[in-house]
Amino acid sequence: MIDAVGNPQSILLLGGTSEIGLATVEAFASERPLRVVLAGRPSPRLDEAKARLEARGCAVEVIPFDAREGDVQVVAKAFTGGDIDVALVAFGLLGDNEKAWTDVATAVELAQVNYTAAVGVGVALGERMTAQGHGSIVAFSSVAGERARRSNFVYGSTKAGLDAFYSGLTEALRPVGVHVTVVRPGFVHTRMTEGLKPAPLSTTPEAVAAVVVDAVRTRKELVWAPAPLRFVMSALRHVPRPIFRRLPI
Amino acid sequence: MSDTQLLHGWGRTAPSLARVVTPRSVEDVVAAVTSAGPRGVIARGLGRSYGDPAQNAGGTVLAMTGLGEIHRIDAENGLVEVDAGVSLDTLMRAALPHGLWLPVLPGTRQVTVGGAIGADIHGKAHHVVGSFGNHVRALTLVTADGGVHELTPEDELFWATVAGMGLTGVVVRATLALHHVETAYFKVDTEQIDNLAELMARQSTDDDKYAESVSWFDAVTTGAHFGRGLLTRANHATVADLPEKLRAEPLKFDAPQLLTVPDVFPSGLLNRLTGKLFSELWYRKSPTRRGAIQNITQFLHPLDIIGEWNRGYGPRGFLQYQFVVPPARSDVIREVLERMTAAHQVSALNVLKRFGEGNRAPLSFPMPGWTLCVDIPIGPGLGALCDELDELVLAAGGRHYLAKESRTTPEAIRRGYPRFDEWRKIRDAVDPHNVFASDMSRRLELTGD
Repeated sequence: MIDAVGNPQSILLLGGTSEIGLATVEAFASERPLRVVLAGRPSPRLDEAKARLEARGCAVEVIPFDAREGDVQVVAKAFTGGDIDVALVAFGLLGDNEKAWTDVATAVELAQVNYTAAVGVGVALGERMTAQGHGSIVAFSSVAGERARRSNFVYGSTKAGLDAFYSGLTEALRPVGVHVTVVRPGFVHTRMTEGLKPAPLSTTPEAVAAVVVDAVRTRKELVWAPAPLRFVMSALRHVPRPIFRRLPI
Repeated sequence: MSDTQLLHGWGRTAPSLARVVTPRSVEDVVAAVTSAGPRGVIARGLGRSYGDPAQNAGGTVLAMTGLGEIHRIDAENGLVEVDAGVSLDTLMRAALPHGLWLPVLPGTRQVTVGGAIGADIHGKAHHVVGSFGNHVRALTLVTADGGVHELTPEDELFWATVAGMGLTGVVVRATLALHHVETAYFKVDTEQIDNLAELMARQSTDDDKYAESVSWFDAVTTGAHFGRGLLTRANHATVADLPEKLRAEPLKFDAPQLLTVPDVFPSGLLNRLTGKLFSELWYRKSPTRRGAIQNITQFLHPLDIIGEWNRGYGPRGFLQYQFVVPPARSDVIREVLERMTAAHQVSALNVLKRFGEGNRAPLSFPMPGWTLCVDIPIGPGLGALCDELDELVLAAGGRHYLAKESRTTPEAIRRGYPRFDEWRKIRDAVDPHNVFASDMSRRLELTGD
């Protein structure tokens, strides 16, 4: 159960090696030790993630999950050990945009992982959390989904889809007391963005994690990380195309 | 009759969804208990517990106010037999004309008899009369197997049910022993005291001369006047004590509800500024005065004048932090308040009382010592502060009150209640398959594996 001050007792991280996801689990665990279910592709990195959380005093269970295969059974498995208070939908691929928009297989893989699998687990999470009568779902969207840019529009399109789905799920699950937060991070320094030129207002996994923890505690439904991006994106959405395409972003 | 509802406690935190069933008879209760799904069932009264003991996410909640009949009032022997869903307000209104008084009244009359037993509530008279369970002569309990049991204080299960937070079964009926009174009024002594040390010293000297005793204090003002407060103590007034105009109707129940707070307030209205203002006014309104005649609302339940006052804290809600520490560790009270002010947490409703002896119930909260109760709006840093306070309280041999609890750990409850395992054994024997469950029982691992 989540308590009166917003401390959860159990967390499911879908995308068990996601740096933002792990930072979020650690941020929650900094106040109270947690029961954590890590769902991800079996790999040394997943083992490391488990060890890292165990060192924080968490009880960690690992279940195999590959978003490419769209295996939504992962959600049912995650709930066998008891209630899940917070579920983080944190898996995703950035991909090479130039390859993605010219190669069918690459484009479809991005769409499968970032959108289709996210929708699949969203439906399954909604069903499970409604049945348990409480819970919080956090979906990691991206500012890239707010307005597609030439430089990463395939990724952006998958996040736009995810964002719309989870924004709708927020409303659908509201009456049953299940809380959904859509998080729109900007440029985050992670493995995923290694070697890329940081965009303005770039941030870290820990800073995004702090935004997520606060959003879950105070039941916010849509947040940006860092927060000022909300206004930046609001402006960018309305920039005329001839100008937008010339912007160095 | 059932429907699905989001339920929360009086603190308006951590809501959860449950199927709410309103039983109209003991048979209805038996049917609901025996047909409970995998997430079990819990009884709910008027929802005055601050946290989550009367909600059951994904399971069934029994709205016990559907069982609200007063079966018998035996004025001569001072006994009443009532359904568990009867509120203390209803019961008092019915019993007072017979010259009968409920010895244990909490800060509100808007609680049910079943809830009062389940939380083993206490009031300002605890140092003299003990807690609610001490006045229950018999109770009827529906257990997990659908059995209907008549229990008396001779039974182990009776004491596991008192303060058992509804986890031994559903209390459907109870026989209570009431006191005889001449009037519905109190003769009140109020003392305005300049600081916490003096307030506590005064409260510990001659409490035994009064039937009721409690103090409110200011937790905002710092410095030399830190913890200044009002000590109010009273005895029941006799007819001879009353002024002429009240003598015609000495047992008149004067308890209006003047207004209901609308659900429009944002969070954050109680801050350091408004907290200071409130504390100043509250302190000034009651100068030292002896022998004042006050009615029930004035003396016992000033907040009952305002319906749904919890809405004033806004949508994020608030928590009430209540603990007790042994008499020798009264220093913890000051330490807790100092840490609260240092963390900039503002509480306007602060109540301090000295408890008398506890009772036989393994999970009963009161024990000899000091109990402090503060209301704090939910905000940043509150969770960490409360964790810190827990450690102070537990290290001093104290414990937390489950009717107010909304955020501590399973370990804290086990440390605070040394007889927890004893209670668990009795509970598990009567409910081996965990039919009774609540959000609190899951959160604090009071039941289950």
